[in-house]
Amino acid sequence: MGEIKFLQGNEACALGAVRAGLRFFGGYPITPSSEIAEQCARLLPRVGGRFIQMEDEIASIASIIGGSLAGTKSMTATSGPGFSLMQEALGYGIMAEVPFVVVNVMRGGPSTGHPTGPSQGDIMQARWGTHGDHPVIALYPESVPETYYEIIRAFNLAERFRQPVVFLMDEILGKMNESVEIRDDIEIIPRRKIEGDPSRYAPYAMKEDIPQTANYGEGLRFHVTGLFHDETGFPDVSGDNIQRSIDRMFRKIEEHEDVIGKWEETGTVDPDILLVSVGTQARSAKMACKELNREGISAGVFRPVTVWPFPEKRLAELSRKAKKVLIIEMNKGQLADECRKFIDGDKIIALNQLNSEMISPREIISTAKGVL
Amino acid sequence: MAGKKEFLIKINLDFCKACGLCYSYCPTKAIGPDHEFRASVKDVAKCIGCLQCENYCPDFAIEIEEKK
Amino acid sequence: MFDYSKYLRMDKLPHIWCYGCGNGIILKGAVRAIDKMGWDKDSVMAVSGIGCSSRATGYVDFNSLHTLHGRAIPYATGIKMSRPDLNVIVFTGDGDATAIGGNHFIHAARRNIDLTVVLFNNNIYGMTGGQYSPTTPQGYFASTAPYGHIDPSFDIVQLAMGSGATFVARSTVANPREMEKFIHEGLKNKGFSLIEVVSNCHERFGKRNKMKSPYEMIEWIRSRAVSKVKAETMEPEELEGKIITGIFRQETRPEYVEAYDSFVMQKAGGGN
Repeated sequence: MGEIKFLQGNEACALGAVRAGLRFFGGYPITPSSEIAEQCARLLPRVGGRFIQMEDEIASIASIIGGSLAGTKSMTATSGPGFSLMQEALGYGIMAEVPFVVVNVMRGGPSTGHPTGPSQGDIMQARWGTHGDHPVIALYPESVPETYYEIIRAFNLAERFRQPVVFLMDEILGKMNESVEIRDDIEIIPRRKIEGDPSRYAPYAMKEDIPQTANYGEGLRFHVTGLFHDETGFPDVSGDNIQRSIDRMFRKIEEHEDVIGKWEETGTVDPDILLVSVGTQARSAKMACKELNREGISAGVFRPVTVWPFPEKRLAELSRKAKKVLIIEMNKGQLADECRKFIDGDKIIALNQLNSEMISPREIISTAKGVL
Repeated sequence: MAGKKEFLIKINLDFCKACGLCYSYCPTKAIGPDHEFRASVKDVAKCIGCLQCENYCPDFAIEIEEKK
Repeated sequence: MFDYSKYLRMDKLPHIWCYGCGNGIILKGAVRAIDKMGWDKDSVMAVSGIGCSSRATGYVDFNSLHTLHGRAIPYATGIKMSRPDLNVIVFTGDGDATAIGGNHFIHAARRNIDLTVVLFNNNIYGMTGGQYSPTTPQGYFASTAPYGHIDPSFDIVQLAMGSGATFVARSTVANPREMEKFIHEGLKNKGFSLIEVVSNCHERFGKRNKMKSPYEMIEWIRSRAVSKVKAETMEPEELEGKIITGIFRQETRPEYVEAYDSFVMQKAGGGN
């Protein structure tokens, strides 16, 4: 048994990040994520790390890309409007293959929208917010303890795949308090130290599709750019290289879904009605499922923890056996639209709500009963 | 100090883009344009080693070395 | 004879800049100034944004980072926060640093974080074809000012001074040795240093404004350059359209990361 702490979601996010090795945070205040910055300002200088409040969200993400390239595990945290501002640099991080974590505590949008209301409206922005074709890793926990452990996994995935990781939370999760058991046995992937011959060093030489990039200032001088580049890191915008680079970046993520992918299945095995939901909303779905099971209805819940890449193989498998797939989201049906790519459209029922309240178990139960 | 200093004018035509700054700023016309307006040595004896050409050359294409 | 090859990635030359582009003159001055510091190349970090100026990082044999348009300074800020022992130099332009990156420029100056910013001011957006920038002089022509330019210009030196930079200087490509000296002084300053270097873009600016050749344009810059000492004796009307050169500020104020470590980290009980 580890120590039990009673933590707010945002606080657990900061604590988990520091546990994962976070030593540089650049951020800008925005509701409902600000406690993450506040906690980092408090915690980082205690462990020899540094915190800076930048002049805006663009500067925040730029600063952490610099911090990470210089060898320090780095993170920023924001919410909808700030996440929009960060999109260009998020693409830079994907292109230059820099490990860092961007937390987005989702609030109601578009625009300033509803700063203090929850939403799941940024699911698709997390996937396609930055321009161009690109792979994405995005995680989305459902509870405070899961936030603590998933933010650590976010850092580990970033380091292992040299890929920015989007960490989705929502206003409910960020602001709620729960008990967290702080275990001792947690795997932390450290920043790799790359050694090589300085005269022939290629920062984007690949090993299993992952670049072997060193940290700045450790004796291997190299160049990094947001342009398409060859293995030396210098621009190469030939058609062949562009095609090859994008294909390889996708392969890097897609062929490691066994490591990156994560989901939870509860309720009846091979259910007639499959409830699909993410984040805090999934807790309501799980409660609804329990009630349906108690009434003898064959129901199960599929909850992606890794939202991107979307665990579509497993969900497609479960959906083939189900009569109906009820997708429950605090948005206009962003995941439901994604599911239409691989699930028979007649089976899909989208239950959506945008009134700044979580969809209640009661509504889920009545919808489920209505469609069976 | 006895005797006039002598200099070597080294021009790298692979880098020269024929902008003409070096010979425009050469106070003694030791260098001038070739038929493609690139830098060329006209009279090396006229070079006084002022380094104007070297300082203005944006292309790392001209160097002046003092003969020892 | 200065051996530039010691600091350059010779296999990347000739560079992409146009014939006679002042950017090459500035790069050379910066390299000579860095050489005077005697730094190990592994300890030097060159950061740039987007634009003609920002291609400079590709040619120097240091740690180098070519970032996003306007964002060189915040990337550099993160690097300095992560590795304060690195000597961080930012190569940027008038558009990159004072339009899209203007917010970052003033805040880095305010913090007095130890970055040396060499700002190539060619009064135009060269790479995208000659659109007007925050320093295009009024009355001149640009591709987006076909009838003549009406916007007042930024005085980048005053902007840096007002924002709190501890070293502020301006020179021009017409005076390469002075420029080198100012960059060297900026590198020596432990804090935010801004060296504005007025440069020529005869291709995108000059050709629209009756200055076709690099020589003509550099001479136009020289004709407008007035030293700070001389400018102090001149009337405001006489200074209209002039480029005042010199060191405008050279002072000591606590550097940002040092202040963080000695104050915040100490109070928090971290540190080494």
